[in-house]
Amino acid sequence: MPDRPAIWNFLLGRLSLSSLPLDNTLVVWTFVVVALGGAVVLGAVTYFRKWNYLWTEWFTSVDHKKLGVMYMVLGTVMLFRGFADAMLMRSQQAMAFGDNMGFLPPHHYDQIFTAHGAIMIFFVAMAYIVGLMNFVVPLQIGARDVAFPFLNNFSFWLTASGVVIFMLSLFIGDFSNAGWLGMPPVSELQQSPGPGVDYYIWGLQLSGLGTLLTGINFVATIIKMRAPGMTLMKMPMFTWTSLCTSGLIVVTFPILTATLLLLSLDRYIGTHFFTTGFGGNVMMYVNLIWVWGHPEVYILILPMFGIYSEIVPTFSGKRLFGYSSMVYATASIMLLSYLVWLHHFFTMGSGADVNSFFALTTMMISIPTGVKIFNWLFTMYRGRVHFPVPMLWTMGFLFTFTIGGMTGVMLAVAPADFLLHNSLFLIAHFHNVIIGGVVFGAFAGVNYWFPKAFGFRLDEFWGKLSFWFWQIGFWVAFGPLYVLGLMGVTRRLSHFTDPSLQIWFIIAAFGAFLILLGILSFVVQIYVSIRRRDELAVGNDPWDARTLEWATSSPPPPYNFAFIPRVHDRDAWTDMKKHGYQRPLDGFNDIHMPRNTAAGMLLAALGTIFGFAMVWYIWWLAIVSFVALIACAIAHTFNYNRDTHISAQDVAQFEKHTGNWEPKAKGATA
Amino acid sequence: MSVKRLRGLLLLMPALLLSGCNLVLLHPAGDVARQQSDLMIASVIIMSLIIVPVLVATFVIAWRYRASNKSAEYDPEWDHSTQLELVVWAAPLLIIIVLGAMTWIGTHQLDPYRQLTRIGANRPVAADVKPLEVEVVSLNWKWLFFYPQYGIAAVNELAAPVDRPIHFKLTSTETMNSFFIPTLAGQIYTMPGMQTVLHAVINKPGDFDGFSSNYSGHGFTDMRFRFHGLSEQDFGQWVAKVRADGGDLDTHAFDQLNQPSRAEPVHYYAHFDADLFHRILNQCVDPQQMCMDKMMAIDAKGGHAMHGTSADDAMSADSSMTAPAHDAATH
Amino acid sequence: MNTIAIDTDHSEPRDFLCLKEEHPHNGTLLGFWLYLMSDCFIFAALFACIAVFGTSYAGGPSARDVFDLPGLAVNTALLLISSVTFGFAMLEMARERKRAMLGWLAVSGVLAACFVGLEIHEFVTMIADGAGPGRSAFLSSFFTLVGTHGLHVTVGVLWLIVLMVQLGKHGLTEANRRRLMCLSMFWHFLDLVWVGVFSYVYLVGVLR
Repeated sequence: MPDRPAIWNFLLGRLSLSSLPLDNTLVVWTFVVVALGGAVVLGAVTYFRKWNYLWTEWFTSVDHKKLGVMYMVLGTVMLFRGFADAMLMRSQQAMAFGDNMGFLPPHHYDQIFTAHGAIMIFFVAMAYIVGLMNFVVPLQIGARDVAFPFLNNFSFWLTASGVVIFMLSLFIGDFSNAGWLGMPPVSELQQSPGPGVDYYIWGLQLSGLGTLLTGINFVATIIKMRAPGMTLMKMPMFTWTSLCTSGLIVVTFPILTATLLLLSLDRYIGTHFFTTGFGGNVMMYVNLIWVWGHPEVYILILPMFGIYSEIVPTFSGKRLFGYSSMVYATASIMLLSYLVWLHHFFTMGSGADVNSFFALTTMMISIPTGVKIFNWLFTMYRGRVHFPVPMLWTMGFLFTFTIGGMTGVMLAVAPADFLLHNSLFLIAHFHNVIIGGVVFGAFAGVNYWFPKAFGFRLDEFWGKLSFWFWQIGFWVAFGPLYVLGLMGVTRRLSHFTDPSLQIWFIIAAFGAFLILLGILSFVVQIYVSIRRRDELAVGNDPWDARTLEWATSSPPPPYNFAFIPRVHDRDAWTDMKKHGYQRPLDGFNDIHMPRNTAAGMLLAALGTIFGFAMVWYIWWLAIVSFVALIACAIAHTFNYNRDTHISAQDVAQFEKHTGNWEPKAKGATA
Repeated sequence: MSVKRLRGLLLLMPALLLSGCNLVLLHPAGDVARQQSDLMIASVIIMSLIIVPVLVATFVIAWRYRASNKSAEYDPEWDHSTQLELVVWAAPLLIIIVLGAMTWIGTHQLDPYRQLTRIGANRPVAADVKPLEVEVVSLNWKWLFFYPQYGIAAVNELAAPVDRPIHFKLTSTETMNSFFIPTLAGQIYTMPGMQTVLHAVINKPGDFDGFSSNYSGHGFTDMRFRFHGLSEQDFGQWVAKVRADGGDLDTHAFDQLNQPSRAEPVHYYAHFDADLFHRILNQCVDPQQMCMDKMMAIDAKGGHAMHGTSADDAMSADSSMTAPAHDAATH
Repeated sequence: MNTIAIDTDHSEPRDFLCLKEEHPHNGTLLGFWLYLMSDCFIFAALFACIAVFGTSYAGGPSARDVFDLPGLAVNTALLLISSVTFGFAMLEMARERKRAMLGWLAVSGVLAACFVGLEIHEFVTMIADGAGPGRSAFLSSFFTLVGTHGLHVTVGVLWLIVLMVQLGKHGLTEANRRRLMCLSMFWHFLDLVWVGVFSYVYLVGVLR
């Protein structure tokens, strides 16, 4: 506690003026830029009188489509933050050789790599997959919304709370320096007495709860709300992978919650779970966090496999090859992902039998993954393959991810892992699969479903540019890290002595710069497409796609489908088209829909205040916000009036305008 | 076209650079690392049997069935073939069976806990050779190496005679680190209150890199040391030098050494208690602290009675072990 | 573009729409069940701590020294009986007898509140005797697991009170029945977890 009158310590906990990193010019300038940017955005919203629109149409919306879009926006904003961290790291490592210490002292550098990892996984990759799942799954199964629309809105705002807590750490106090998994003993109170690890814990607890609720929501949605006729083995692949991912979320995120809880008990009330003395054991944390952490990477990749499984048949004009193999492969990946966590620490010295077991289970995952790759190839085989932007990303994925998979199996060979563990080779490997698999998949999905969401296509030229910058930039950035790994260079170093390594880091930094151009091209692509939206406008089904989400308007009406579809075939929409299906223009019914609510945002805001108060030991505020949180949650349960309905006339009006609407300028391929 | 050419150039550039750099993991100087490296390369070769055809097929199929190629067969309903799907599951399965068998054997043979039986291909360990014992301690942020057979210790410098098996016992004072000399053998964690073991041998004389490869806080970057592979004679001289220059490592000096420091210069010790490593391992260099092995022995007997009803003997063995020790350990 | 039927292999007319508005099955019970399963994994992690740290007394008190089995028997009985009385309440709900149902709910709530009270008493006594959660990894695990269970029961009691108010206000509406079903599942789930705690933490701990 700072040295000052007790009343200040009571009011502010350990927060004081010196918590503001005013001595760090980099952070001050970041703050100035973020503040100016924020002021411009807020000013613009005020000037254009959009607050009411944002509030009623977006923030309080329980519509899965709008929440999906908000997740994507959130993920993209955090991609900038995470990538800024990546650029700082690449620059530091390219500079800091010999006498040159670079521009980041170790305690700052350590926070940056921690923030980069945590943000990219929790707030970029997770936001993207949850966003895409939100937008697509209910449409794809022919539902009006998810099973629990309010919970869905609440989940989003909890994720946003986590983001707020993480971003606050940039400007008030500092962030954790314990790595993206917050490993003790570095994350224990003795080594990290500051607020950094507490920011990390509370940010992840809030967003983790949001993710857990999303997982429950989507399992219930997919199990209970499929259109009549859509049996499990007629579900589109993306829905299957979303189901498996949601199932994994339900059984793994509680373990993250429990593990972080134990760490916070160690930090707040002095228990001895992961301390050195008093019977605690660091390796308990390492085990628990990877029991969550390994399934987590499959939580990220499975929905992307689903996206590729939608894109490849669509652009090959052909049914997906080996559907049941794909389903069984997805399910076996889901199950196996729970049995491999120890491969993250073969070098703990657990003995040959244990290591062999986990090495073999890890290798076994490559079997269903290989099956998937073959099936995508056989889907293209005897097809008519078009290569618009979503398919380009898919091709980039097939090439990049296959190599990433190979280096992954190299790491699974336990004796080889003794050499490669913790090295830059490992860093290159997991970026190879996460960028090559998850990021490429997210961009493929965005390009594929954008016309569904907004009624116009994304610009081809800037999309292709973005793809090539990412694809080439990836190899230029991470190829050198593979080499450096084989030279025995380890991760998380902020300074080097051996000058012969420098050239590799410079190449890697150049690669990161190319990726930056890829991200900027994506931003330009969005901007240009919005400007040219009339030219780029497309019909309801621009890609001649195969699944139900294309059976409704683009953008879909709030109720998704005027009549709930009946499914007869796996490629339900292709089946409908084949039988000359026409959208009816009358005979509509009233449709019941959930009502918008501000409760989710309010609860999450209170959660954010609670988290902040806990970080800074402001106990009175923690108690007040916690009690308020419980009180609001209870008050919310007294609201029984949660439905509204859209009248049949309104439905008829909407359907007349958009039902079989075709643009004047024709769409991309088809 | 220009994009492709650019890409070709970019792929060529690393090849040129690679010829000039030292890929230590592919050319290690120690037999254990050599075998681990061989396994790594073998796994790449075996996987290439499937990866290369897949990569080629990706581009061939994409090109052959491009939409503009109207001469290619088009069968939009073709979505199943039992034979093909059997192949698709069987091919990776076979590769994994081979790799798995190799890994199983390799993992057992190269278990760091297993005593060396060879110091090189077709060079079994001679019956009369006693392994060099080294006790390794990672501190914040430096390495301390004890040579119990010689009564010496060194900070941030390690030496070993060529072709003599080395038996490392490793622990840590506070943070977790990973002891790694890439040219010698795979890494192993050093963890507080726990002991790990590593067996290795160096086959070539030389001056090599060693470091912690597991992030352990702000000083981690500088947690490096030199590892010298020396001839038997040079090793003898090195031991003599350490003995001559070595200072005292008593409880106080150890406490000093244990304070966090970065880029600690090399220095030597020649006088310390024989059980110092044991006390570091059991977190009881400070005589106020009960050693963990003793504590665990008490726990195994059913713990310390709250009201002195059982385990009285344990209580009297070390009466300092209650609340005061708590303070010492956590704050 | 999207209406031309090229393929005429199966040209029999197909019914592609549900012309009557269908009310989808309510997923609340499944959703709540999924939540309980996820909660299971929180408890699983805490049980794993007991499994690993069960004898890490750090030279301090062991399970045998700190557990009061007779007191525990009373505690366990309270919770198990409250589960039975909750079952009676659900039967009354099925018979549409609101007053009797509220009566049984109140009994269940009081029993659970007594359980929490006894548990707090046990904790306070242990901490006063120097066997607090900071004493050893074993005690850390014990307090966290049992405390987390106790916290769940507390939430259950709070929920019960809120729901009784809502039942009083709105009666046995469909929404209230659904909520009561969820609370019932929660209640029995906590009982089940307690059986695990009782046998694995207390009995095994003492026998160890």
